Amino acid sequence: MRVSQNSAKKVVGVLALQGAFDSHERMLSELDVATQEVRTPQDLSVVDALIMPGGESTTMSQLLESSELYEPIKKMIHEGMPVFGTCAGMILLAKRIFDGRDDQVSFNAIDIEVQRNAYGRQVDSFEAEIQVERLDGAFHAVFIRAPRIVNLSPDVEVLAKFGSDVVLARQKNVLVAAFHPELSDDKRVHEMFVKEI
Amino acid sequence: MAKRETENPGKSATGSMLVKRGLAEMLKGGVIMDVVNPEQAKIAEDAGACAVMALERVPADIRRDGGVARMSDPEMITGIQAVCSIPVMAKARIGHFVEAQVLESLGVDFIDESEVLTPADEAHHIDKLKFTIPFVCGATNLGEALRRISEGAALIRSKGEAGTGNIVEAVRHLRSIIGDIRKITQADSAELFEWAKRLQAPLPLVQEIAETGWLQVPLFCAGGIATPSDAALAMQLGAQAVFVGSGIFKSDDPAPRAKAIVEATTHFRDPEIIAKVSRNLGGPMTGIGMDKIEQRYAERGW
Repeated sequence: MRVSQNSAKKVVGVLALQGAFDSHERMLSELDVATQEVRTPQDLSVVDALIMPGGESTTMSQLLESSELYEPIKKMIHEGMPVFGTCAGMILLAKRIFDGRDDQVSFNAIDIEVQRNAYGRQVDSFEAEIQVERLDGAFHAVFIRAPRIVNLSPDVEVLAKFGSDVVLARQKNVLVAAFHPELSDDKRVHEMFVKEI
Repeated sequence: MAKRETENPGKSATGSMLVKRGLAEMLKGGVIMDVVNPEQAKIAEDAGACAVMALERVPADIRRDGGVARMSDPEMITGIQAVCSIPVMAKARIGHFVEAQVLESLGVDFIDESEVLTPADEAHHIDKLKFTIPFVCGATNLGEALRRISEGAALIRSKGEAGTGNIVEAVRHLRSIIGDIRKITQADSAELFEWAKRLQAPLPLVQEIAETGWLQVPLFCAGGIATPSDAALAMQLGAQAVFVGSGIFKSDDPAPRAKAIVEATTHFRDPEIIAKVSRNLGGPMTGIGMDKIEQRYAERGW
């Protein structure tokens, strides 16, 4: 865990290059957490943790490079910054991406292999109740053109499954979800992430 | 492929309003580009588009050619789906629910019930609640936006005036929609009845704006964006993403302009970045003044 210099309130950055970043911000502010939209290296310099939202991973991949954010984020994740990726964010954090673009970057931050749009097109997008480890009662999960974890290392902790698919997982400082906890009103997954900061 | 394994492992549902709106949420902060063939779709995806709109002619050409504009050839849409990994949208005529059924059967990700095509029904929009796939509809004012939402639209775009390369109408429509949202958040509960009457919109949707300060669905901008600054203007006015139609592929050099518009949409509050990406893009589409156009597409729909 990255420990900040003083007891000042921790700031959770939300990568705001493209996607549903404002839904994450709303969640965080309801949890009374300070947020910072991250579009530039300067924005990044003030955050203690980072959420990578859902959206289009190929778009974000290009903007990570043109905005000169890829290298500094990679370094901070390596140094232990807590990071949470949902959907496209999970794709960006994965070790390997199937059905991505050849030039698509990933942070290789969690030992999983993911397949983009694995459940089909939008007509196949769905919502379902899942059971999340250590949470009482079901969690309502929304899957939008969702990616699927097709391989994961034994070092990765499984936190939730949908059928046989792992849909919420953690390895050290990296948390990933194939679904969108920011689209429901249930704040418990965000709370789980914020507690670790 | 592996789809069957996970079918119904627990209780799950497709096509709900939350699932439809979910895709609209994922497009925020992005650029949706009109493309007329697979080559353009590749250029759009390479430039960082978050989705493409597959259509036979861009609005500038529809305007030039005249005649009846219809849904695109399914062959052309599937050709674009084959080369793209990002969401593919397509347009149906206002009220033409069979075109929408056809587009849904092709598996397009979003249907645009669009005033750019020639309307098929002069009184009724499509009942969008009947479909599994989400719809985006245009609006020139808040009342129109709320009527479309009540019919099941999962995303609203300000109409602007498509195919003109002129941002003035988009600005008018955005200011009208967002200005009225602001006023409603200041209104007291008794005044909301009057707002609903004036807007010709369902009262619960007006009350919801008063409570949440925003529409139930995202609001994007369309119609007239031709430059990176145009895109950033729409975003600063409060649009949450932009559609660019003729503005890219009717310009001198589409690929760098497409990329520049993507970057300006992300960094919409940063004039230095907008200046940097606006350099040496070649000529934008020529564009036309509002006093020179014969048919205002924005007047289609009600």
